[in-house]
Amino acid sequence: MDFTYDTEQLALRDAVRGILGESVGNREKITATEPGWDREVWGKLAEMGLLGLPFDEAYDGAGATAVEVGIVAQEIGRVLAPEPFIDVVVGAGQLIADAGSEEQKRELLPKIAAGELIAVVAHTEPRAPHGTAAYGVTATSNGDGWTLDGVKEPVRHGGAADVLIVSAKDVDATRLFVVDATATGVSRTTYSTPDDSYAARIVLSGAAATPLGDAGEEALASAFVRLQTAYGAEAIGAMEVSVETTVGYLKTRKQFGVTLSKFQALTFRAADMYTSLELARSISTWATMSLAESGPDALVGSRLQAELGRTGRHISQESIQLHGGIGVTAEYSIGHYAARLTVLDRTLGNEAYHLARITDGVADRGIVELLH
Amino acid sequence: MRLALSAEDAQLQQELREFFTTKVPQEIRDAVRHGEELTKEQIVETQRVLNAGGYAVPNWPVEWGGRGWTPLQRHIWLDEMQTAGVPSPLPFNASMVGPVIATFGSQEQKERFLPATANLDIWWCQGFSEPDAGSDLASLRTTAVRDGDEWVVNGQKTWTTLGQYADWIFCLVRTNPDAPKKQQGISFVLFEMSTPGVTVRPIKLIDGGYEVNEVFFDNVRVPADQLVGEENRGWDYAKFLLGNERDGIGATGSTKLRLQVLKEHASASLADGSRPIDDPAVATRFASLENQLLSLELTALRVAAASKDGKPDPVSSILKLTGSQLQQAVSELAVDVAGADVLAAGAGDDSDVPAWAGDSVPTYLNLRKVSIYGGSNEVQRQIIAGTILGL
Ligand SMILES: Cc1cc2nc3c(=O)[nH]c(=O)nc-3n(C[C@H](O)[C@H](O)[C@H](O)COP(=O)(O)OP(=O)(O)OC[C@H]3O[C@@H](n4cnc5c(N)ncnc54)[C@H](O)[C@@H]3O)c2cc1C
Repeated sequence: MDFTYDTEQLALRDAVRGILGESVGNREKITATEPGWDREVWGKLAEMGLLGLPFDEAYDGAGATAVEVGIVAQEIGRVLAPEPFIDVVVGAGQLIADAGSEEQKRELLPKIAAGELIAVVAHTEPRAPHGTAAYGVTATSNGDGWTLDGVKEPVRHGGAADVLIVSAKDVDATRLFVVDATATGVSRTTYSTPDDSYAARIVLSGAAATPLGDAGEEALASAFVRLQTAYGAEAIGAMEVSVETTVGYLKTRKQFGVTLSKFQALTFRAADMYTSLELARSISTWATMSLAESGPDALVGSRLQAELGRTGRHISQESIQLHGGIGVTAEYSIGHYAARLTVLDRTLGNEAYHLARITDGVADRGIVELLH
Repeated sequence: MRLALSAEDAQLQQELREFFTTKVPQEIRDAVRHGEELTKEQIVETQRVLNAGGYAVPNWPVEWGGRGWTPLQRHIWLDEMQTAGVPSPLPFNASMVGPVIATFGSQEQKERFLPATANLDIWWCQGFSEPDAGSDLASLRTTAVRDGDEWVVNGQKTWTTLGQYADWIFCLVRTNPDAPKKQQGISFVLFEMSTPGVTVRPIKLIDGGYEVNEVFFDNVRVPADQLVGEENRGWDYAKFLLGNERDGIGATGSTKLRLQVLKEHASASLADGSRPIDDPAVATRFASLENQLLSLELTALRVAAASKDGKPDPVSSILKLTGSQLQQAVSELAVDVAGADVLAAGAGDDSDVPAWAGDSVPTYLNLRKVSIYGGSNEVQRQIIAGTILGL
C-alpha cells in the first residue's frame, strides 16, 4: 500500500498547476461569455497530452490511469478552472474508448486528444431521476440508420460540443448514440449554470445518429463511476482551497481589535472543516486507486459520492459562514467554490440517492475490507 | 395553561386571513409563493395596501398607526401574512427606523417622517455596517463633523441592502472620536440618498443578483435637525433598533410556506413515474424539517406570550439562530429535490426544467446570508451563552 504520488505524478501535478495558474486571473472574464472557458488554455492542455491522458497510445493517448486523471482534476478544482476536461476527456472520451467501435475510436479519440473536437455525454433529462435509463429521447431504426427524437436538458457544455453521446430509448432498452451536434435535427439553446458555466437544452427532431458500439446502460454506469471519481478529485481540490482560504481569512480579518483566529468558536469549526477535508481526501484517493486497479465499481462510486456530498456541504457552508458577508459576494472567491461544490454534489446523484444505493443490501454486507 | 386562542385573537386571525388573501394582489402573492424576486413597485404597492388597512406598522405607537397589539397578536399578524405569501412591510421602515423615530425623534421629525415611512412614500436603507465594522459594529469610522447648522459626513458604509431603491438612509456616524469608549460618541442621522456627495456602488452576490451596495460619503452636508435624539447617544438607539430587527427574523411563516410549496414539487412525478417524496430519505427530511419548524414556532409563541412591554426577550436569539438554519435547510432540500436540474439556473421560459428547480442553487447560495446578517449566528450564540447562560 502506498498513498503517495511518485515523482512522475508530482511532475504532472506541478505542470498542470503551472498552466492553470497562468489563467486564474482571467476566470471572471472568460466565464462571463460562452463557451465559458478558454480555447487557448484548452490548446495548451492538448499540447501537454492531457486531453488524451487516459486513452490508449494507439489513439494518440498517454495510457494513463485514474490516478493521473485525478491529479489533473484536483488541480482543476483548486483554481475552479472552467475548462471541460472532465466532461470531455473522462465523460465522453473514456466512454468512447470503453464502448465505441474500433472505427469510432480511431475517428474520435485522436481529435479529442488534439483538442480539435469537443464531445460530451447528453444523458440528463428534465425531471429525470439519476440513473442510467433514458426516458425522454427515443431512437428509431429506419433500415439503414437511426434517428433520435426528444429533449436532453440540462447538458453541461452541450452548446460548445461538436459531438454528443446521447442516451435514448430503443423499445425497452437504453442505448447510446453518437450525434453530430451541428447536424440538422439538432437545435440547442445555451444558458448559464449556477457555478459560472454553461449548459444547453438540446432538442432532437429526427436527428441522425450512429450507435456507440453496442453500448447501453452498463457502459453508462461505468462512465458514471469514472466521472464520479474525477469530479470527486475536483471536489477535493475545491475543498482544499476552501479550507486554506478560510484559515487564511481567520488569521487576517480583525473584529473587536483581534483577528478572528482568537475566537475559539471559530478555530474549532476550522478544525472540523479540516477534518472533513481529510476524510473526503481519503475516500477520494481510495476510489481513485480502486478504479485504477480494479475498474469501475458502482458501489465504490456511491460510497464516494455519499461521503463527498456530506463533507462538501459542510466545508462550503462553513467557509461562507466564517467569512461573514464577504463570503456571499461574487467578487470574492469563496462563494464560487461553494457554488461549484453544491453543483458537484447534485451531478450524478446526490448524497441521499447514493446512501440509498449503499443501504440496499446493507444487512448482507460486512465492513469493507481494505487490506487484502 | 391553554392552547386555544382567545375569542378575540381568533377573530383577529380570521380578519387578517381574509384581508391578506383578498386585498393583496394574487400576482404578488404568487410571486412570493414561488420564491421570485419582487420588483420595487410590488413591494411599495403591498405596503400601501397594508397601510390603508392599518396592517403595515402595528408595532408602532397607536398615534402613528400602531395597533397596540399584544406580542401574540403581532405574531398572528406576521404568521398569517407570511403564510399567505404577502411580502412583509419593508423592515428598514417598519421595524427599524420607524420605531426609532417614534421613540426617540423630535415631534417635528415624527410628523415629517412617520406617515411617509409607514406608507413607503420614503424608502429607507440601513447604513450601519462598514468594511471593518461588521460583527464589531461599534468600531465604525464614518465621521460627522458639525459645521454651523449642518453635519458634514465622510466615510463608507457597506452591505446596504436595496440602497439602490432608497430615498433616505439612516446612518450611524462618529460624532465624538475622543469618547472614552467606542460605543460612546456615535450618533444616528438621517439624510437623503440624493444629497451631493453620496455615491452608491452595487455589490454582486454569488447568486448573480444585486441587493446590497457600498455607499460612499464625500463631504455630505446633513441639516442638523436630521440627527435623531441626542448627539452621541446613537449606540443606544442602534441597540433598540437591532432588538426590533431580530423580531420576526425566525421567519416561521415564510419557511412554512416554502416547505409546503417544495412538498408540492416533490410530490410531482418524475420522468420514470416515481415521486421524490416517496424516497424514504427525502420523506424523512421533510418530516424532520416540519417537526423542527413546529418546535421553533412553539418557541416563538412562548416568546411572544411572555415578552413584556415590547422589550425583546433574549430568547429571541434562539429564533434567529434556529429560524435561519431552517430557512437554509429547506433551501438545501430544494436543491436535492431538484437533482441534476439544478444546472438550469439561466434557463428561459421554453425550458422543460421547472423554474423552481433552476432557481434552487441560486436561492440556496443567497440564503447563506440569513445566518450572517442581523447579528450572525455566532453573535446569537454569544448572546445565549452570555446573557442567558451567564457564561
Ligand atoms: C446580504 C446582506 C445584507 C446586509 N444588509 C445590511 C444592511 O442593509 N445594512 C447594514 O448596515 N448591514 C447589512 N449587512 C451587514 C451584516 O450585518 C454584516 O455582514 C454582519 O454584521 C457580519 O459582519 P461581517 O460581514 O463584517 O463579518 P465579520 O464580523 O467579519 O464576521 C466573520 C465571521 O466571524 C464571526 N465572528 C465575528 N466576531 C466574532 C466573535 N466575537 N466571536 C465569534 N465569532 C465571531 C462571524 O459570526 C462570522 O462568521 C448585510 C449583510 C449581508 C450579507
